[in-house]
Formats: sequence, structure tokens, C-alpha cells
Amino acid sequence: MKIVVLVKEVPDTYADRKLSLETGLAKRDGGENVLDEIGERALEVALSYADKHPDTEVVVMSMSPATAIATLTKGLAMGAASAVHIVDETLLGADLGLTAEVLASALRKKGFDLVVAGNLSTDGSGGVLPAMLAELLEVPAATALSTVEIDEHRVSGTRASDSATMTISALLPAVISITEALPDARFPSFKGIMAAKRKPIEMLSLAGLGVDAERPDGARSIIIDITEKSARKAGVKITDQGDAGEKLAVFLLENRLA
Amino acid sequence: MTDFSADSILVLLDATPSGKLANSAAELLGAAGTIGTPIALIVGSAQLAEDAANLGAATVLVAEPGDGLTIPTVDALAAALELVRPDAVLVAHSVEGREAAARLAVRTRSGLAVDAIGVSRDDEGVVAHHLVYGGAYSVTSAVTFGVPIITMRQGAINARAEAAAPDVRKIDVTASGKPAASIDSVDAAVIASTRPELRGAAKVVAGGRGLGSAEQFALVDRLADVLGAAVGASRAAVDAGYIAQSHQVGQTGVSVAPELYVALGISGAIQHRAGMQTAKTIVAINKDADAPIFEIADYGVVGDIFTVVPQLIAALEAKK
Repeated sequence: MKIVVLVKEVPDTYADRKLSLETGLAKRDGGENVLDEIGERALEVALSYADKHPDTEVVVMSMSPATAIATLTKGLAMGAASAVHIVDETLLGADLGLTAEVLASALRKKGFDLVVAGNLSTDGSGGVLPAMLAELLEVPAATALSTVEIDEHRVSGTRASDSATMTISALLPAVISITEALPDARFPSFKGIMAAKRKPIEMLSLAGLGVDAERPDGARSIIIDITEKSARKAGVKITDQGDAGEKLAVFLLENRLA
Repeated sequence: MTDFSADSILVLLDATPSGKLANSAAELLGAAGTIGTPIALIVGSAQLAEDAANLGAATVLVAEPGDGLTIPTVDALAAALELVRPDAVLVAHSVEGREAAARLAVRTRSGLAVDAIGVSRDDEGVVAHHLVYGGAYSVTSAVTFGVPIITMRQGAINARAEAAAPDVRKIDVTASGKPAASIDSVDAAVIASTRPELRGAAKVVAGGRGLGSAEQFALVDRLADVLGAAVGASRAAVDAGYIAQSHQVGQTGVSVAPELYVALGISGAIQHRAGMQTAKTIVAINKDADAPIFEIADYGVVGDIFTVVPQLIAALEAKK
């Protein structure tokens, strides 16, 4: 079985994340960038299946700037057999539609039985790409899964939906997305880190994928305005001397909050 | 059937497994009402049409539900889009809603804007307003041409539309035959609580790892009940099993913007703050004086929640 795991490089949520007020784009040089945790969990789903089924090929795929290679290398160190890196200057600031077209095209080119993605990233938090990919690839989507069972022909699991929990299943090939209810990813071993250096990373460009970023017959979403909100400031801070609960009650009542 | 107003806004209303309109219905129709004439689409029972009209839908389109996950809804949306030719399509940023919107955008080659907290019009059409990076930035987005498909953050819209006389029309939907996952079983979530729902709540009391155990988390519930607040939690508290994941506030949980947010035993990791820092007033109680939550708290108490909170509850009850 061939499983492609989609991973994303995101600004570290432990650091200050910045947007450029001129372009509206994430300032990638502004802080640390890391492999999104949900993508690591997605990779763990694929790797734990591969542990039990040695004829499984796990590929990590990412559309990201050239500098994001470290996040793919981490995926290789964790155990993926190869990586696909889609890099193209014209993809800077790509909207969801273009991103989906590019990834779908790369997935078609590489082939897959199962595509595993996180349900939503920590930066864009759109939660829509897996569904968009399934629509483009004409395969079923089993999304927002909090448990996953994979067999040779089928994938199933528990979907944490809005006001219900459902059990859903799909025949392969399929796209799935997983939630953070699934287990933490393994740490790369020393052996894995050494082995990653010899694993192939294939680079793909838009031209190679036959995708036109300026497609005239499809609409794009664009940012037309951006403002930075002033940072919140700390207010009163008291240390409990035995009456803090009463003082807090007064504060809430005076501000009509209780 | 082509007499739709030129400023029509097509709104997909989610139905719950128990056969009611989802809570997002009122705010979606409210948002649509601020920029045009709300036309609702319900994929399911025609009995919900009257509820939709009461919430402001000028016309309610009803499509038969089909088999499989999401696809029948997208097929119905595509048919309604063709019929109504709206200025925008609004869908809840719920799990079901956003995936339907996503597929519709792909299928109709439309621009997609996600997780909007408001919509308005400019000279060129409908634009969407977003909060990015946990509210640190406000961003306005538009589409290059065509009908924008916009998913709306739940609990973010205060506008409500005036009730309209029911004008219900059944629409015919041609199944696209796109492959769908099958739904093997559904467990409707049991809502046993009488507390307000976390999304859109005016007040939220949230607990973190500092509560120490699932039993002791009851302290959060008690203060929430005295304040009439919804109950939230940090990811640490959810991961520790003190409370269900549906109460998680933050980066990967629910984003809230209440009048009052009370953080009990929450250190205030940046991922948590991303989901609550747009609250109007933030109160924090934590025994660690260096907890980052104090950097954004309007009123911070350095102390033991197990002594401060019971005293607070007693003081509030005495005043009532």
C-alpha cells in the first residue's frame, strides 16, 4: 500500500507569529518554523500501519518554501521512505484553491492508495483542504477522524462531527484527515536521523505539475486589507492575602460581570 | 422560480442528527441579512423550513437528503447556486459546513474564504472579515471574481434577521455521483447540561491542569453556574481527562470572544491564549505568579484556586 502523508511547515505557536502588513503573508523569517504537530500525528498513523505491514510505502509531501526542507527531513527521520517537496516562487501566498490544485496534481502524479492529512493546521486553521483534495481527485473523503482503522481495501473510523459522533468508512483510494485525539508522533531515532540523509527528496515545480497559478477561469481569494491589533496589556494583579475571592467578587460586581 | 432578489445571499443551514436546525442557523441568516436577502437551503426535512423563515430566511429551499457523507449537501448547494445566482454563499465553519463549502468552491471554481467573523459589502461585492493568529491581526478578504463562498465562525455573529413569512420551495437535485464516504452509524451528542454553549457564550469559566483531577474540576462548574457561564478548558485539562474535548478553548479547540473569561489554574500557553485573548475582560487565578496568563489578564489573582474560588462563590451568592 502507498500512503502519502501531507505535512505543513507552520510558524511555531510557542513563538510570536507575525504577518507582513504590506503583503498579508506570514513572515517566515520572523520566528521559528516547525513541522505542524497535527501533520506529525498524521505521519504516525501511516507509520504505525507500516510497522505492521512491511509492504507499505510511506511518502511525506509538502508544498512549502525551499527553506522548509527541514520539516520534510524530520518526516524522513521519523520513518517515511521518501519525500516530495513542491517548491515554486509563484506559490507564495497561494490561496486554498490553488494549494488544493497543486497538491492534487502532485498526488495524481505520485499515485496513492491513501492520503493522510491533519484536520486543520495551527496557522490557517481552515480545515478544508482534505475535502477539496477529495473533490479534485474524485475519491471519497473520511475526515475529522479521532480513530482510524486501515485495511487493504478500506479505511474507517470515528468522525467527531458537530453535534454527533459517527462511524464512517470509505473504499480505497481515499483521503482521510485525523484529529489531535490520535496518538502523539514518535521521536526520530538516531538511526532514523542518519538514514534520512540517504532517503530521496523529490522536488516538483508548478510547470512540472502542469498547474497554472493564474488560471483565468477560476476565482481566487485575496487579502485586501490587514491591520495588527494592539497587544493586550496586563491589568491589576494581586496576591491572595486571604481576601482575594472577596476582592474579585467586588471587581466583577462593579463591572456588571456577575 | 427565477424571482430571486438581485442581492440574494444563499445560506446553507446545518441540521442536527436529532432533526433540528443547528445553532449556527440564526447567526448565518443574521449575517446574510446585513448584506442582502437571505435565501436558506436545508438539506433534509421540510418541517425545518418554518424555523428558518422565523430566523429571517426570505425563501427556504428544501432538498432531499441523500446517502453518503457531505456529497448530497454539495450537490444540493450546487443546484441552489445555479437557481438563486446569489451575491455570496454563507456556510457555518462547522465540520460538516466547511467541507461542503470547500467542495462547492472546487466544483464551481469559486473563491473560498474560511472562518470569517463578519461579512460586508464594498464597491465590488461581498467581502469577508477574519481574525488571524488568535486575533492578533484582522484581515479582510475578497475573491477575484464570481460568487465568494464564505464559512462563518460559529458564535461570532451577533446580528439577527427579522422573521419572514415562510416561502418554501422544494428543489430538484441531480446527484453528482462523486464518491463519498459512507456513514455506518450516528450517535447524536447528548446535551445533558443546562449551561450555555461554549461557542458564542457571553461568559466563560475555564479550568486548566491546576484543577488536578476530574473530580476537582467540579469547582469550575460551580463558579460557571454562579456566573451563568459556559465551561471551557485548556488542552492540558482535556489531555489529562478532566473534561471532554468539546470544551477545549484555544488554537485547536473553540475560539471564544466573551464579555468575561475566567481562567482557573490555566498557565496561559500561547496556544490557549490564541482562543480567548479577544475576550473583553479576562480574569485569571493561578498560584504561579509568573504564569503567562497574567500578561493578558485584566484582573489577576496569585493564589490557590481551591481557597480563592470558594470564597468568590460565597461572596457572589451573598450579593444575590
